Amino acid sequence: MDLAFTPEEQKFADEVRAFVRANLPADVRDKVKNGKHLIRDDYMRWQQALGKKGWLVYTWPKKHGGPGFTPAQRYIFENICAEEYAPGIIPFGTKMVGPVIYTFGTEAQKEKYLPAIRESTVWWCQGYSEPGSGSDLASLRTKAEKDGDHYIVNGSKTWNTMGHWADWIFCLVRTDSKSKPQEGISFLLIDMKTPGITVKPIIMADGGHEVNEVFFDNVKVPVENLVGKENEGWTCAKFLLANERLGIAAVPQSKRGVEALKDIARVEQDNGRPLIENQSFAEKIADLEIQVTALEFTELRVLSQMAQGGQPGAEVSGLKIRGSEIQQRITELTMEAVGEYSAPYLPGLLWQGTNEEPVGPDYAHLAAPRYFNTRKTTIYGGSNEIQKGIISKMVLGL
Amino acid sequence: MDLSLSDEQKQLQESAERFAREKYTFDNRRKIVATERGWLPENWAQFAELGWLGMAFSEEDGGYGGGPIETMIVMEQFGKGLVLEPFLPTVVLGGGMIARAGSADQKAALLAPMIEGKKQFAFAWLERQSRYNLADVSLKATKEGNGWSLSGHKGVVYNAASADEIIVLARTAGSAREPKGLTLFVVDAKAKGLSRRDYPTQDALRASELTFDKVSVGADAVLGKVDDAFPTVEEAVDRAIVALCAEATGCMDAINAATLEYIKTRKQFGVAIGKFQVLQHRMVDCFTNAQEARSMTLMASLKIDDKDPTVRAKAASGAKVQIGKSGKFCGQSAVQMHGGMGVTDEMAVSHYFKRLTMIDLMFGNQQHHLTRYSNLAMAA
Amino acid sequence: MDLSLKPEHKAFADEVRAFARENLSPATREKTFSGKHYDRGDHIVWQKALGKKGWLAYTWPKKYGGPGWDVTQRFLFENVLAEEGAPRILPFGPKMVGPVIYTFGTEEQKERFLPGIRSSEVSWCQGYSEPGAGSDLANLRTRAVREGDHYIVNGQKTWTSFAHWGDWIFCLVRTNTEVKPQEGISFLLIDMKTPGVTVRPIIMTDGAHHVNDVFLDNVKVPVENLIGKENEGWTCAKFLLANERLGIAEVPSSKRGVSMLRQIARIEPLDGGTLADDPAFTAQIADIDLQVQALEMSELRVLSTMAQGGAPGPEVSTLKVRGSEIQQRIAELTMEAVGEYAQPYQPGMLFHDTNETPIGPDHAPPAAPRYFNMRKTSIYGGSTEIQKNIVSKMVLGL
Repeated sequence: MDLAFTPEEQKFADEVRAFVRANLPADVRDKVKNGKHLIRDDYMRWQQALGKKGWLVYTWPKKHGGPGFTPAQRYIFENICAEEYAPGIIPFGTKMVGPVIYTFGTEAQKEKYLPAIRESTVWWCQGYSEPGSGSDLASLRTKAEKDGDHYIVNGSKTWNTMGHWADWIFCLVRTDSKSKPQEGISFLLIDMKTPGITVKPIIMADGGHEVNEVFFDNVKVPVENLVGKENEGWTCAKFLLANERLGIAAVPQSKRGVEALKDIARVEQDNGRPLIENQSFAEKIADLEIQVTALEFTELRVLSQMAQGGQPGAEVSGLKIRGSEIQQRITELTMEAVGEYSAPYLPGLLWQGTNEEPVGPDYAHLAAPRYFNTRKTTIYGGSNEIQKGIISKMVLGL
Repeated sequence: MDLSLSDEQKQLQESAERFAREKYTFDNRRKIVATERGWLPENWAQFAELGWLGMAFSEEDGGYGGGPIETMIVMEQFGKGLVLEPFLPTVVLGGGMIARAGSADQKAALLAPMIEGKKQFAFAWLERQSRYNLADVSLKATKEGNGWSLSGHKGVVYNAASADEIIVLARTAGSAREPKGLTLFVVDAKAKGLSRRDYPTQDALRASELTFDKVSVGADAVLGKVDDAFPTVEEAVDRAIVALCAEATGCMDAINAATLEYIKTRKQFGVAIGKFQVLQHRMVDCFTNAQEARSMTLMASLKIDDKDPTVRAKAASGAKVQIGKSGKFCGQSAVQMHGGMGVTDEMAVSHYFKRLTMIDLMFGNQQHHLTRYSNLAMAA
Repeated sequence: MDLSLKPEHKAFADEVRAFARENLSPATREKTFSGKHYDRGDHIVWQKALGKKGWLAYTWPKKYGGPGWDVTQRFLFENVLAEEGAPRILPFGPKMVGPVIYTFGTEEQKERFLPGIRSSEVSWCQGYSEPGAGSDLANLRTRAVREGDHYIVNGQKTWTSFAHWGDWIFCLVRTNTEVKPQEGISFLLIDMKTPGVTVRPIIMTDGAHHVNDVFLDNVKVPVENLIGKENEGWTCAKFLLANERLGIAEVPSSKRGVSMLRQIARIEPLDGGTLADDPAFTAQIADIDLQVQALEMSELRVLSTMAQGGAPGPEVSTLKVRGSEIQQRIAELTMEAVGEYAQPYQPGMLFHDTNETPIGPDHAPPAAPRYFNMRKTSIYGGSTEIQKNIVSKMVLGL
């Protein structure tokens, strides 16, 4: 056992840092640093730079065009990107549908879809949840009926993140309503430009638009867009979920979040002294930092198992639970640090990138919306109650 | 010892409950938010007519002889409806300070029209560096002939855009953060040299940043004694805290009721999600939290008239700690149990959640008041 | 609404205080404030004094020999006694079986049993839980079979507090196995001296002997010891539980606990000063202090409803839940205040009147044992989980 990086790993770290500094557009870096909202083009410019370098799909095996990083390299890559204020990689193509396609897809599908995911020329989104199917995903009712060499898709999806920017959507659809819920589901790729698709924004508590409802009205999808076998889409869904859970703990982002919080606490005043000198507040930050460290080491233990060829088990669910709680706590403490100056609501500055002066310091108007928005982390990707249900059943055998 | 409401208080409760229920449906409220003022003059006129604007003031001040219990009753219903009319800044804070420190002339000129619904106030105390220290004031008032000249900045001043008069806490002597040397001024909202930047708040109220550039006021603008405003301000803020606690109690009742209804009707895995024990116990914890919040609000409302300022301060801080804790628990739990719906703009829960969150930050959060309470309790 | 006391209530409080000062033995009082264990004599001598004054059964109506106090008097009585360091009144006679007997018993039973309870001449204990019937009490299996004018009782009760001091035990026994569990239970009074009754101590984690197993081996109980009708014992059990829940929050003793904790913080050294100078620690005391106040106000609200003739609803269950959590927290903070000196195990200091000098300060020996022991409060009298189930069903309708 050794915590220190080998000289090769150290060299790799230097390479990643140099790359990010040379290729991350300065305006994008500033936005991330100041907590501003990014637009589609911001993500695309950065992801395309990574794609060109071959690092966008850094979790993929070499065989499918990934860089074949070791777990240590992944760890280094993620942490340095976060430290250098790179935006998070949008997971829908790279971490979700990509691995599903190279695992379950045909050769033709791999050739058609993977290059564009690797290079970030196509934006993907996810069509899973439905109004009546949240935690109980298998109860989904969006129907795909075979009609010659097409499926005709009808129904609606909800909580669709960034669908208004997407070129393609991967969907779970019901192709058989007679069997058990899990057994009649298929995994279908749909071009968002197909007639019959409507995207309707959902406005969140912080006034922001990042999620949508997507309606399918007699949408014609070629049968060759089916991934895996018909009615076996649940297998793809489970595979994707297990893949997704690891990165979802967002440890590098949380480490960055704690640093940003400390910066704010150094600036904010409390009885004529920096807030960070307030013992109670400093202890809260310390407590949070310890939680992040515990999570990071748990994740490192899982990565180390994987490096030895082991599979991540259901206990990775624990990472998602703690990771999401920590993300929430960071936003909560940030808002606490900002205090009453969290109250002004400046949607122009927040959403439209207008040039109005902030009220109070730059970071103040972001604090409360962040806090409200981050409540989602314990809900999406399988709520924490569902995650605990999984651990209780799969790990503890209850 | 008697914790029951009188018949008159019960009637007040019913009429406030009816007002919130009828005038503050979700859609109505949304329309009110979108108006220019962000509240409705016709509602304010109704408050005056019903006597709510004067209920907590003594008869000699032109009021109806009620007190903190009446304020608690009305504020609780305002919390249930997320009522937007500026009752807290105008009546509880502004009216409260004028009643306590104002001269007979000031009461006649300010309090009487306020009770009739013809004057509104805002209270400007916070500055960028103040956090929750009421004495951390640097806006300066200097002598100018018979009167004073005010220069400096005030932040997050609720209702400043609608107020007729701004009650400003200014430093007339002493060093930074010294409680001695503070003075209250009643400043015409349209005074020359006073500029405003208006904005909405997270929870759809209205507030402003105020800049004072050599704003001249007469000697009669001083509310109470020169250099000795701090006790008045501290008491007024303690009273405002208790009123806020009552509002939070109403918010918690409403958000809990909405969540309970939701988990009884939302089905997943073939059953109402309220059948899952993990949600049942969380719901019970919400219920318990709201009960405790109600208990502490009641305690504080009963003790806020105490002559001993320590008793009063401990009561207000104690209740604020509870409200911060319970409000956060009920708000976060409501969102969690609603799932994604809980953070959409179209559901009432997200609005209650935002209000509860902002209430914790107003006049000192949970941590601040825990420290204040602790210091008072250890000194005893 | 008014929190202040009428003159007659003030006079009453003075009377209670004077009585306690005159009648409570200084040795017993000392045990309370140093956290030592009471022996049987401490309880009995004090309870007999109360009994003689007519105050032991202070919650009973006048008709059955109680003082007929209003809720304010009860509140004052409990608080003054706690402040004066009186041991709590053992509830098994005056608060549990007494009210069951005067509510469901025959005239003969009232005459026979109530005087001994009022005077504390007879000590009672409770035979409810069994090894296989804890949270699921209705699952109990101790059998009572009718044989002529006797029941023959066989089975085992557990967690029986103070059975080793008890003259009588009130038991839930199964008289019918054919019906639904709740419908075949009877409420039976058993003289502990009856042949076939064996008491075996259970030593708790802090080394104390409070609870016991009680074995019943062919115990012959006269049928006139049955309270209420045969097979209707569950009604008595529910009545008793509802009666018990109010006082179980233990607010007066928690108030005393908080003030003792502040005393300890003023004594315990820290960095050349005392623990009372540590704002992080005193804030934790403040927090528990406020929790006690909230609980007290909640209890007063319930009492006020009762004073107006309203019945306390199942929401009083939340009082027990919070009350037990608070007792635990006070014990935890007290141990934390003592610090490393909580480690020496000093049973002599706890259980006997010894003259040995304690290791560390006087308040150190009971700190850890009390923390361990207080874990029971969220388990007995219906565990926290069971209480929440009750509220969820009865109050929230889930």
